[in-house]
Amino acid sequence: MALTAAELEALRLSFAVAARSVLLSLPFATLIAWLLVRGRFRGRFALDAFVHLPLVLPPVVVGYLLLVLFGRRGPIGGWLYEAFGIQLAFTTAGAALATAVMSFPLMVRAMRLSLEAVDRGLEDAARTLGAGALDRFATITLPLMLPGILAGAVTAFAASLGEFGAVITFVSNIPGETQTLPLALYSAIQTPGGDAAAARIAGLSLALGLGGLALSEWLARRVRRRLGQA
Amino acid sequence: MIHVDVALRRGEFTLEARFEAPEAGVVALFGRSGCGKTTLVNLISGLLRPERGRIEIGGETLLDTASGRCLAPEARHVGYVFQDARLFPHLSVAENLHYGLRRSRGRAHIIEYDEMVALLALAPLLDRRPHSLSGGERQRVGLGRALLAQPRVLLLDEPLASLDAARREEVLPYLEALRLRLALPMIYVSHAFDEVLRLATHLVVLEAGRVVAQGSLNDVSLEPALTAIVGAAAAGAVLEGQVFEADGATGLARVRVGHAGELRLRASGMAAGARLRVQVLARDVILSDRAPAGLSVRNALHGHVVSLEPQGEDACRALVDIGGAQIVAHLTRDAVAELRLHAGGEVWALVKTVSLRSQVFPLDTRAPAPATKPVTVSAHEQG
Repeated sequence: MALTAAELEALRLSFAVAARSVLLSLPFATLIAWLLVRGRFRGRFALDAFVHLPLVLPPVVVGYLLLVLFGRRGPIGGWLYEAFGIQLAFTTAGAALATAVMSFPLMVRAMRLSLEAVDRGLEDAARTLGAGALDRFATITLPLMLPGILAGAVTAFAASLGEFGAVITFVSNIPGETQTLPLALYSAIQTPGGDAAAARIAGLSLALGLGGLALSEWLARRVRRRLGQA
Repeated sequence: MIHVDVALRRGEFTLEARFEAPEAGVVALFGRSGCGKTTLVNLISGLLRPERGRIEIGGETLLDTASGRCLAPEARHVGYVFQDARLFPHLSVAENLHYGLRRSRGRAHIIEYDEMVALLALAPLLDRRPHSLSGGERQRVGLGRALLAQPRVLLLDEPLASLDAARREEVLPYLEALRLRLALPMIYVSHAFDEVLRLATHLVVLEAGRVVAQGSLNDVSLEPALTAIVGAAAAGAVLEGQVFEADGATGLARVRVGHAGELRLRASGMAAGARLRVQVLARDVILSDRAPAGLSVRNALHGHVVSLEPQGEDACRALVDIGGAQIVAHLTRDAVAELRLHAGGEVWALVKTVSLRSQVFPLDTRAPAPATKPVTVSAHEQG
C-alpha cells in the first residue's frame, strides 16, 4: 500500500493549496462575517447572497468565471500579470484561489455563528474600562470568536483538500502544479490499470477527512473548555 | 456635584430624569423594575445616548447636547459594575482585573492592584476563570475590575440582584468597606430598600421614568412617594444618630437623633460614639396624647405633630417631630379623631425597642485602611 512519488506529490500539493487557501480567506472571511453580523448598511443582504453564491453555483461555473476574470487576458488576471507578473491560471496559486472561493461561504458561516454568539454586553464592559473600537475587537471580540474561526478554518481546509470542479476548470490538471488529490484520483480512474492507485488515493482521502473531523472536534472542545462553555 | 438631566424616548417608554447629588457618598437610584434605573446609568456611562440632556460629574461635562459634547464611553472613565458581572470568559481573574488597569495610564490612581486584591479578598481567585466562580465572587471581581480602571465615578447596576441572601452577604460588607475607604462618588441602582438603607447617603426615587423624590435618606424617607413604592409595611423614617451611652447592665444603648431626640436600642455590639442609622417603621409607631405609664415600651418620645395626611378611606399618615428628628406614623382615622390629633399638638410616640433593633445599620464600624487619609462618608459630615 506504499504511495508512489506522484501520489505523495499530489498529497503535498493538496496541503499546500489548502493551507494557502485558508490563509488567504481568513482575514476576508472575518471582515465579511463582521459586516454581515454587525453592519447596518444598504446592500447587506446582497453581500450575504453574493458570499453564498459558490454554495449554490455548480463548481464548474465558478471555475469558468474565475478563468474569465483571472485568466491571462481577463480584466483582473491581465492586470495582475502586467503589474506584478502574477499568473493565476494553470498555477498552484490559482488552485489556492479557486479552493478559497469555493470554501469561503463555509468559513463565513462558521464565523458568523460564533460572532452572533458573542455577548455584546462584554464589549460594552470593555468600553467602560477604556477600550476603543479596535482594542475591543482584538482583545474581546476576536478571542471570543475563536471557536468559530477555528471551526471555519478546519472546515474550509477540509473542503479545499477535496475541491474538484472549480480547480480543474480554472487551473487544469497539471501534475506537480495543480494536481491535488481529487484530481489525481480522477486521472487514476481515467488511466487503464489505475484501479490500485485510485483505491489508494481514495483511502488516503478518507483518512484525511476523518482525521480532520477528529482534529476539529478536539480543538472545539479545548476552546469551549477554556471559555467555560463546556 | 453630580448633575444629571436627561430625556430619552424609546417606544412607549419615556425617561425624563433630573437629579443633583453631592459627590461624596453613595447615591442610590431606587425604584421598581422597569422604572428606568438601568437606562439612567447606561446614559451616564455613555452606552446609551439621550435625545437631549446634560451630565456633569465632578466639574467634568460628560455630555451636553446643547453644545454637542458627548464623550464616548471609553473616554468617560466611568466604572460600571453590571448586574451580571460581565467578566471576560477567556481571561483569568487576574487578567480581568488588569484589563482596566492597563488602560488607565496617565490617570491619578485611586487604588493600586495589591490593595484592591487585599480589600476584596481576591488573592485565592486570581488564577481562576470566571466560569468557576460563584455569583458573589464574580461580583467582587467585577467590582475590582471597574475600580482598577481608576474611574471618576462608580456605577453599580443592581450588583446584588441576581444573588441569594447568603451570597449578598459575601458582597455587601466589601461594598461598605469600599465606601469607607475610597473618596469616590458611587451611583447605586437598586430595587431593594434594605440595600439602600445599608449603603446610600443620598436617595433618588424613580417612578415611570421620572424622579419623584430626591434628597438625603432621612428627608426622602418621609416622602409619601417612597411609601408608594416600598409599600406601607416597609415604610418608615430613616434616622441617623450617635450612641451617647451604651449600658451593659440594662442592655440598652441611648442614641441621640436630631438635636434633642433620644432613641433606646438594644446595646449589643454598640459602643458610645458610634454613629448609626435606624429605620422606625411607620406601622410600629403608636401615638399617645399623654405620657405613658406602666408600659413595657422603652421609647416614649415626646414631641409634636407636624402634619396629618389622610391615606385612603380609613387611614392617616402623621409626621411627628421628636427633638428635631422626624418620624412617620400610620394610624387609623378613628384614632386620630379620638386623640384629637392636630398639627402642632403635643404627642408621645411609642416605639418598641425590639422592633428597632433589626433596623440598625452601623455607619462606621469598619476602620478605614491604614496609611491612607481616612475618608468617612456619612450624611452627618455632609451636614
